[in-house]
Amino acid sequence: MKYCYFPGCSLKGLGRAYEESLLPVMAHLGIQLEELADWNCCGATAYMAVDEAKACVLAARNLALAEKHGGQLLAPCAACYLVLNKTKHYFHDYPEMKRKIDHALSAVGLKYAGDTPVRHPLDILLNDVGLDAIRQKVRRPLAGLKVAPYYGCQIVRPYATFDDQYNPTTMDRLLEALGASVIRYPLKTKCCGGSLTGTVHEAGIRMVYILLNEARKRGAHCLATVCPLCQFNLDAYHAQVTRRYGNVVVPTVYFSQLMGLAFGLPEADLAFKRAAVPFSWRPPPARAPQASVAASK
Amino acid sequence: MMKVTRTIKYDADRVKGFGREIMRVPGCEELESCIQCGTCSGVCPLSIYMDHTPRQVMALTRGDFKNEVLSSQTIWLCASCYACTVECPRGIRITDIMYELKQRAIHEHIYPSHLPIPVLAREFSEMVKRHGRITELLLVIKLFLKTKPFAAVGNWRLGIDLLKTGRLSMATEKIQNRNELGRMLEAVDEKKGAEA
Repeated sequence: MKYCYFPGCSLKGLGRAYEESLLPVMAHLGIQLEELADWNCCGATAYMAVDEAKACVLAARNLALAEKHGGQLLAPCAACYLVLNKTKHYFHDYPEMKRKIDHALSAVGLKYAGDTPVRHPLDILLNDVGLDAIRQKVRRPLAGLKVAPYYGCQIVRPYATFDDQYNPTTMDRLLEALGASVIRYPLKTKCCGGSLTGTVHEAGIRMVYILLNEARKRGAHCLATVCPLCQFNLDAYHAQVTRRYGNVVVPTVYFSQLMGLAFGLPEADLAFKRAAVPFSWRPPPARAPQASVAASK
Repeated sequence: MMKVTRTIKYDADRVKGFGREIMRVPGCEELESCIQCGTCSGVCPLSIYMDHTPRQVMALTRGDFKNEVLSSQTIWLCASCYACTVECPRGIRITDIMYELKQRAIHEHIYPSHLPIPVLAREFSEMVKRHGRITELLLVIKLFLKTKPFAAVGNWRLGIDLLKTGRLSMATEKIQNRNELGRMLEAVDEKKGAEA
C-alpha cells in the first residue's frame, strides 16, 4: 500500500507530534508514504474568509500535484482534509469555480481532472489495512486505559466521507482493537473553538473547558484526537482553563501515539514529550514467548 | 435623557439586492428556502456570544440588511464547525454563507475594530501568498503586534510550554515554486477582472 502524504503546515509545526507518531506507525504496518513534493498550505479556514476562489485554487494546486504524482492523497490534519475535499466538491458541483481553478492551474502548466481521492488516516487504517491486521500487530494491549474518543468537527462535517456524521465510530473501533476501553463521550464531534482560543479568548477557553471537564467527569485517562488544532487547544491551554475554571487537566494524545504504544514501538519515537500535559500511563510490558520462559525459570 | 435605540429594522435600512447577490454565490443558493426554525442557533456552540444569532443573520441577509450583517460580530465568531450546516432541515450551507459574509466584510473594510479575527485571516493569507506555507509562530507574533501588543505578555506560560516541548520553530517555512503560486493567484484576479 502506497499513498501520497500531505502533511500540511501544522504537522511540521505545533502538531509535529502527530507526524512524528503517524509515520513510524504507518511504516510498521507496511504502508509506504511519500511526501507530496513542494506542497503548499491548504488555506485552512482563514483563507476561505478572505477569498474563496483563491482558497480553492491553493488547495487545487496540491490536488493537481498529487494527480501528476499518481495515487491517493493522505491528509491527516482535519482542516487540510476538509479543505481538499471541499475544493474537490466545488470543482465538480460549480462550473464557475471549475473554470477559475482550471484557468489558474493552466497559467502554470498544471492540470486537475478531479479524480485524486483525499483520504484520512482513520479511513485507510479501517478500510484498507483492516482491524484484523492491526490487532495482529498489537504487542502491548492498552488494557485498562480509558480513552475519550474526540473527533472534532472537520473530518465528519460537512462531508461524511468514511464515517457517520453524528456518531463517528472509526476511532472507537480502532482504539478497542488496541485493547483500550473506549468511554462514552457524547461531545465527540463538538467544536474545540478552533482559533478562537487565541482571538476571542473567553469563548475559546470555555469550549476547551467543556470538553476537558466532560472527559474528566467520565473518568477518562486521556482524550484521543485526530486533529492538530484540537490537540493544541486541549493541551496547551490547560493552565489557563485550570486558572479560570478549576482543575480539569486530562492529557490529550493523538490516536497514532496510542497505536505506537500498543505496537510496542520505542516510546522515544512517539513524541509523547511534545505535550504540555504529560501522558504517563503505560501498558504492561509485552508478554513475548521468551519472556514467559524466563519468568517460569 | 434616556438613550434608546430602535430594535427593529425599517425598510429604509435595506440595501436592496444584497440578499439576491449572496444567494447567487456558489453554495449559498438555498438561503432562499430558510424557514426560520432556529435549529442553527440551537446547535451553534458560539451563539451565546453572538450579537445576532445565526437564524437572525440568515433573515437579515435574505432581507437585504447588508450593513447590520457585515458589521455584526456573529460572522467572526463562527469557528467553521459546520454543525448548523449538517443540521439545517432546508439544506442551507450556513457556514459557507458566513464565509461569504466574512469575505465581503473584509473587502469593504467593515468589521468590529476590536476583533483580531479578520486581522488573523488577512495575515494568514498574506503569509501564504508570500511563502506558500504557514509558520505558526510568525503568524501569532504578527497577530499580537497588530491587535493587542500587551496580551502576548499574559501568554508567557503558554509560550514557555511550547518552547519546552519543541513545538515552535523560528525558521520560516517556504515552498520552492513561490512564483508558480503567485502566478496562480494573479490568474484568479485576472479572471475576476475579465468577468466584471
